[in-house]
Amino acid sequence: MKLRCWGTRGSIPVSLTAPDIRAKIVLALKGAGAVDLASPTAIAAYVDQLGFDVAGTFGGHSSCLQIETGGLEHIILDLGTGVRPLGHYMLAKYGPQSAQTYHVFMSHLHWDHIMGLPFFTPVYVPGNRIVIHSCHPHVEFALRRQQAEPSFPVRFDQFAAHIEFDILIPGQVIEVDGTRVVAHAQRHAGDSYGWRFERAGKSLVYSTDSEHRLEDEDEWAGFVAFFDRADVVVFDAMYSLADAISVKADWGHSSNIVGVELCQEAKVRKLLMFHHEPAYSDTQIARILDETQRFEKITRVGHAVEVLSAWDGLELTL
Amino acid sequence: MEVSPSDLGSARVLQVRGRLDHSHAKGFEAALVPHLAECTQDGRALVLDFSGVAYISSVGLRVLLLAAKQVKAQQGRIAIAALTPIVTEVFQVSHFNLVLSVFPDVATAVAALAP
Repeated sequence: MKLRCWGTRGSIPVSLTAPDIRAKIVLALKGAGAVDLASPTAIAAYVDQLGFDVAGTFGGHSSCLQIETGGLEHIILDLGTGVRPLGHYMLAKYGPQSAQTYHVFMSHLHWDHIMGLPFFTPVYVPGNRIVIHSCHPHVEFALRRQQAEPSFPVRFDQFAAHIEFDILIPGQVIEVDGTRVVAHAQRHAGDSYGWRFERAGKSLVYSTDSEHRLEDEDEWAGFVAFFDRADVVVFDAMYSLADAISVKADWGHSSNIVGVELCQEAKVRKLLMFHHEPAYSDTQIARILDETQRFEKITRVGHAVEVLSAWDGLELTL
Repeated sequence: MEVSPSDLGSARVLQVRGRLDHSHAKGFEAALVPHLAECTQDGRALVLDFSGVAYISSVGLRVLLLAAKQVKAQQGRIAIAALTPIVTEVFQVSHFNLVLSVFPDVATAVAALAP
């Protein structure tokens, strides 16, 4: 099973600006004074040893992940703007003549999680089958409304692909092309749902847009069970703990601290921090990653959780 | 988890010992209740001596936040003092060092909260 990240930013897509790029170049050149940059190989080697926040970027597309299961059908998590490059990738890989089946699992229906659908090229390809799995009974309404005038010039009925809706309930186990899937109810305005995928002894949990009430012991135990021994948990770590339970309480998001604590208790192998605050720079996200890795280390009791931060383009093999 | 009260100058000092995790947060919260009630504009300031706290989890931090909110509403004064190195890091990563008054030792906290 492989996870591929296409959109990892929370709430709204963002983009690097010219001053952001300039600041990265200045930082890179500042450290290059005594470095041998005589050949393209030497230049590449120097760039590769720079911090990811200097030489790269965590990216700005809103939520969209892909799970490669090894099966013939494709699994997509949410339809944020990251689904646009995913569509291009799929068309380049399979060509427009080869009909494909896509299973889309929706965390919820807020705009940042659905706004990529009008730009997901496979919906315009006849023969493609797209199954939208959701625990929200209004999912079809939300996606049709997004396409309706005056919001978009292409109506939902003009999609050439065959689109189905599969309304599920939390705890209901289904099997999709050999992958076992189950949903878990989460605390978020309008409700959200986490998804757990299991196949061939590997497991991945997608848990975004999920606030945790620390005083609710049953809710905590429910998430520990949902995350139990997962190989990867993709976790909404949008805010600091102080913000998440004070000024941003009831905003529907969680923190890096709670992510580590839940994953430690559930004996998760890798915690992938996700849904980055759109106001955060690459430098800030990199610092949060460093701090969270340190927090995991100093609070570890036996089981170690590997802490990572998601970025657009990241691939993880489970 | 233990909470031992004493008075120092104009402040009530609560010496806290043990781990403030999911198992002990409720006991910690209950132990604070009578002292928080007395921490008003005209009452004694409250200093939590954390030199004996080996670890604090998210649920323990939530108790501190609720305590600070209550005291603020009562126009009282509260501070945390003498964090161990591990707890200092937990405060920094969680950003609780930005929302609570934290001092390096009890004497400094008592002096800072003096009316």
